[in-house]
Amino acid sequence: MSHAEDHEGTRRDFLYYVAGGAGVVATGAAVWPLVNQMNPSADVQALSSIRVDVSGVEPGTQLTVKWLGKPVFIRHRTGAEIQEAQEQDAEGVDALPDPLARNFNLNADAPATDANRVMPSPEGEAPGAWIVQMGVCTHLGCVPLGDAGDFGGWFCPCHGSHYDLAGRIRKGPAPENLPVPPAEWTDASTIKLG
Amino acid sequence: MSGIPHDHYEPKTNGEKWLNSRLPIVGLLYDTLMIPTPKNLNWWWIWGIVLAFCLALQIVTGIVLVMHYTPHVDLAFASIEHIMRNVNGGYMLRYLHMNGASLFFVAVYIHIFRGLFYGSYKAPREITWIIGMLIYLMMMGTAFMGYVLPWGQMSFWGATVITGLFGAIPFVGDAIQTWLLGGPAVDNATLNRFFSLHYLLPFVIAALVIVHIWAFHTTGNNNPTGVEVRRGSKAEAEKDTLPFWPYFVIKDLFALAVILVVFWAIVGFMPNYLGHPDNYIEANPLVTPAHIVPEWYFLPFYAILRAFTGEVWVVQFASFITGGIVDAKFFGVIAMFGAILAMALAPWLDTSSVRSGKYRPMFKWWFYLLIIDFFALMWLGAMPAEEPYATFSLIASAYWFAYFFVILPILGVIEKPEAQPETIEEDFNAHYGKADADATPAE
Repeated sequence: MSHAEDHEGTRRDFLYYVAGGAGVVATGAAVWPLVNQMNPSADVQALSSIRVDVSGVEPGTQLTVKWLGKPVFIRHRTGAEIQEAQEQDAEGVDALPDPLARNFNLNADAPATDANRVMPSPEGEAPGAWIVQMGVCTHLGCVPLGDAGDFGGWFCPCHGSHYDLAGRIRKGPAPENLPVPPAEWTDASTIKLG
Repeated sequence: MSGIPHDHYEPKTNGEKWLNSRLPIVGLLYDTLMIPTPKNLNWWWIWGIVLAFCLALQIVTGIVLVMHYTPHVDLAFASIEHIMRNVNGGYMLRYLHMNGASLFFVAVYIHIFRGLFYGSYKAPREITWIIGMLIYLMMMGTAFMGYVLPWGQMSFWGATVITGLFGAIPFVGDAIQTWLLGGPAVDNATLNRFFSLHYLLPFVIAALVIVHIWAFHTTGNNNPTGVEVRRGSKAEAEKDTLPFWPYFVIKDLFALAVILVVFWAIVGFMPNYLGHPDNYIEANPLVTPAHIVPEWYFLPFYAILRAFTGEVWVVQFASFITGGIVDAKFFGVIAMFGAILAMALAPWLDTSSVRSGKYRPMFKWWFYLLIIDFFALMWLGAMPAEEPYATFSLIASAYWFAYFFVILPILGVIEKPEAQPETIEEDFNAHYGKADADATPAE
């Protein structure tokens, strides 16, 4: 008996669909492990949180640490830098290429003011003294240079993106401000990343 | 296999007949080697052999290099130095492999532009062209991943920038990038998988090369006149063609020998000329080199990638109509891949009925300008991302797209082509004089 003679839904049609469907599911089940093995392995995922001692970071200097395989800039700003950052802030966030704070610790729609970009200061320090951000240019992932660029902050040498003192993109091809990672003080001199 | 009539293999001995009735492999090889080839092919047609040689060279030197290389972030850089200093003749093998990649790309670019000038992409050779473009894409992937393996600074940061391109895809970009890298950043997982794929892809390329040859053996070769070989009878076809062996094989091997003189001079005396000194510094995820430059063969497309910044109105327009989904970064990525896609679409964008650029008086000039544009982009890709290079890059990128999407379609309509020869034989005789029936062919 040939299949062509079956004009109505028959047992045979049903079996074709069941067999075909099972074949598709089996193929998917076989392919998925081959795809998923390329996702981050357990040891890579385990390094998702680290503690950084910042007691040695003097005002006006920057500590670069590696977190999730990427550099994180921990900058201790001087009084003059805080003041200059606030002057840059006075232009308003709407004038910025990216008006959002990009701060993981705040809501996604928080505006990119200087106050929304910096760490809360530990006791005894001026507000805005610490800023922690990913040292990864939002253009194509290079590491920007500190104390460089037209806005006194960071400058990416790869394709010429300028970031200001609060790590906000001002000029160049990068689309977003430098992201602020999940960060909190665990004591007066230790920052926990992740 | 070929549409051009010619003598086929006939098994003569009993042994040949025995084999042929079970597996007609000798006949396949014979017909491939003896394929009738237009007898007016000029020197631009030798690059196919050079490319085949490069693929073989890269596979052979690559296989032996793997015997000494260690794909691990702590050991890769040292294992390269081990190859350079300790392995017998290791420095030569590595320099051959490094510069072999450059020769490969020199050859592929000339081969591609040959096709663009003589209209080799036009019907009925579109499949040959598309397969060729796929091979070119795979070559770029293979070369990129190979450059990561020494785990120098350029390896690391080149990998970071290029995998960052995938991160630019809206919504799913970050997930794709993490999946490609096997972690949040370029690291050991990335190195290992790139090593695996760098070993795999050349064999995929080899398979595609067979399909490429199969395709143009089915349609017959293009030739400098773009006029098809006459196929009415075997006698007619033989007036336009000569068998590939020995005529073209010997010619191609002579050209290859000349090219290899230059190649060996570079490998022997200036092996690092085309590389970047920063790649002799071990990879450091915390320090970006002052100036990340891809290998020379990627520069034209790298220039296009960088040309479209947020200040360009096309980019702003694209961002506006997509509600910000296509930002400057994603636009640059689209432009870069679009520049290659534009080449792949040439068979359908070129509206001219004349195949060869030789007989297209206007096309010629636009084509020469495209060549200049290609070199200009290559130069701009190596320059820092600042004025005046940014503006130049934008102009040069615009011309690249204009050539394929505006000039090729319009020229076919407005251009008045010059007279083409009736046959390949006529063109051949005009160049080399009328040959006797058994005369040795020119070239």
